Amino acid sequence: MECPKCRGHMRMFDRNGIHIEQCDNCKGIFLDYGELETLTRMETQWAQQQYAPPPAPGGPAWGAPHGGHGGHYGHHGHRNRSWVGMLFSS
Amino acid sequence: MLKEDAASATLIDELVRLAPGGGAVTVLKETRVLVVRVGDVVIKAHPPGTVERDLRSRLDAARGLPGVMLAPLALERLENLERRERPERREHPEHPVGRLVTIWPAGEALSPDDLADGTMPEDAWEEGARLLARLHATPPPRGMPQAGGPERLGKAMAELARVADSADTRQIRHVMRIRQAYQTLAGPLRAADQRLLSPGARLALTHGDWHLGQLVRHEGAWLLIDPDDLGVGDPAWDLARPAAWFASGLLDPDLWHSFLSAYIGAGGTAVSHDDPWRELDLPARALTVQLAATAVVTAMRAGSAPDEVAVALVSSCGRIVAAAG
Repeated sequence: MECPKCRGHMRMFDRNGIHIEQCDNCKGIFLDYGELETLTRMETQWAQQQYAPPPAPGGPAWGAPHGGHGGHYGHHGHRNRSWVGMLFSS
Repeated sequence: MLKEDAASATLIDELVRLAPGGGAVTVLKETRVLVVRVGDVVIKAHPPGTVERDLRSRLDAARGLPGVMLAPLALERLENLERRERPERREHPEHPVGRLVTIWPAGEALSPDDLADGTMPEDAWEEGARLLARLHATPPPRGMPQAGGPERLGKAMAELARVADSADTRQIRHVMRIRQAYQTLAGPLRAADQRLLSPGARLALTHGDWHLGQLVRHEGAWLLIDPDDLGVGDPAWDLARPAAWFASGLLDPDLWHSFLSAYIGAGGTAVSHDDPWRELDLPARALTVQLAATAVVTAMRAGSAPDEVAVALVSSCGRIVAAAG
């Protein structure tokens, strides 16, 4: 097949059931009818697997800035003792 | 021996006598409640003035929640104990005497030591979340009292008022900040109470005082303990304490999110999945004020400066005031 844009030679690829033709010269890609929809569907499926479940929303408007100096967690010593005590008491 | 010490020793003896099998005696808690372990049972003297009918309903509910709450072995009343403890009350026979006492199988409790030496099971937060989700999914039995959670804020503020007179300049600034935050909550909390009375309100069986100390492992399974505040209420209050810790920058965000995800994943109904803070915001603000008040009272009673945990909670109160502005 001849590239409709630059008349170069188009090479055929079959990847995961999608039929692609790419021009050796200008690298342009030609998709058959319906192949763009197939690609879109596969991309959505991939994205759902990658990103599910959605992260829980952050926190309240009055929340302390987390990280940096805002976080007290993971420290040891005096404040840790008092913090740990609070985790276990009313 | 001081008078209170003598009274407390008498009460401990009375509790130990109630143990069916005897064994080694350990005092686990000595505050408004007294909790003693004797061999393989735990015996708890409930606070004076505990309403017997309410406690019975709560114990019955705990018995009806196998796999979720530890079931009690017995309820007893120590008659006349208070007369002996407080002879001056002999002239007031109308004053309820005796202490309600419950007996429980001894489980393996989580303790601060487990966390400090790194032996705390990593899934403790998730286990707690899953148990709360199952509790909230249980239809409240008929005649259950109200859950005790929201009442605790008022009690903490009353305690703060009691020590406020002796506050120095730095402490009074903390006290005022906590009070300002409390004032911003009064209206919203009243409105939330009204909403709970309306038909179709999101009411559930609620623990009322959940924290990590309320988890025990018994016969290989994690269970919730302490039904003293168990009742009908807004279940979001059970998540409000960890939510307040997270919002104050005290609880590691990863732990908070794994707790919340485990709760939602187990079918927990207290919060909306798309925006849990819609339901959490008000109870978490209430708990922040309550925890700040309790932390400042504890520091003042100990005659020490508020530690960083107390300061973090008081700063949260400041942000609550600013956000309400």
